Amino acid sequence: MAEQTALADIRSEDGGKPDAAVVRDALGVGVAVGLSGFAFGVTSAGSGLSLLQTCALSLLVFTGASQFALVGALAAGGNPLAAAAGAFFLGVRNAFYGLRLSQLLALPRAVRPFAAQWVIDETTAVALAQPTRRSVRIGFTVTGLSLYVLWNLTTLIGAVGAQAIGDTDAWGLDAAGPAVFLALLAPMLKTAAERAVAGIAVLLGLGLLPVLPAGVPVLVAALAAPTVLYVEGRRMRTSACDATSAHDTRREAR
Amino acid sequence: MNIWIAIAATAVGCYAVKLIGLLVPAGVLERPLVRRLAALLPVALLAALTAQQTFADGRTLVLDAKAAGLAAAAVALVLRAPFLLVVAAAVVVTAGVRAMAG
Repeated sequence: MAEQTALADIRSEDGGKPDAAVVRDALGVGVAVGLSGFAFGVTSAGSGLSLLQTCALSLLVFTGASQFALVGALAAGGNPLAAAAGAFFLGVRNAFYGLRLSQLLALPRAVRPFAAQWVIDETTAVALAQPTRRSVRIGFTVTGLSLYVLWNLTTLIGAVGAQAIGDTDAWGLDAAGPAVFLALLAPMLKTAAERAVAGIAVLLGLGLLPVLPAGVPVLVAALAAPTVLYVEGRRMRTSACDATSAHDTRREAR
Repeated sequence: MNIWIAIAATAVGCYAVKLIGLLVPAGVLERPLVRRLAALLPVALLAALTAQQTFADGRTLVLDAKAAGLAAAAVALVLRAPFLLVVAAAVVVTAGVRAMAG
């Protein structure tokens, strides 16, 4: 099915997308985001993690938001498992990217464990924007490779630099973490439901901060998502019932 | 040692969810409710983390130069600035406000 669409795309439009154009787009994303590993290296080292710990995170976790969340929670004195739980929940979205990508990439099973580490926001964004399977694979690989190499290189440079300059707060580098979160969050705030989730999460996260142990308020704030989903579901059910009176009466009888 | 435990748990967990996405047959995670929750969960976490890392120092709420830095980042985002520029704006403005205040 995907193969057919891909073939159709090659024939239609402007004869598909040239490989060079795909590589250029992929490198644009990979280089721009890869360079922000510098901000992570600085933040992590500024939060008190060692050079080895900082680099291990970029090499092994390789999903920016989770890494920032983990070092932020550890810096705030959070329990290591609560900190890891917050970072993990942020990484869960990658499972859904993988789901989309596995159909588009159609990788052999043996290759998948190696490709998995590169399944992140940016590689998915680039891959999904491609018209053919060939360009999907090129886009994914070039974005993944350039981003992975640069992210780890700039993490190292950032961590070494942070240790060299000492007080990273004086340079305003402690603002890099929240700015990265805001930049990741902004494109997600499209509908009223998403804005409601964000608003409730901010209130929970800040309101519970003084009363709960470090790291826990973020996890409680995550409950804003199912809460809004529940309210949304109820509202949709109610409006569906208004539309069909038969269902309405049955429901009211309950 | 505690930090290494947190790193190991995060690394294993984050790799596992990436791999699951590539391995499970389509349909298992395709239920609308699951998809919707997966889309909203990062929104909640990122919003809470942004707020905490801007307005908290340990377990006390504070209002300092980082708030100005985050506002600068927000302006950069509204102006559709590239990712790196957004982060740079936050850092430069925060440092600037601190330099002027200190």
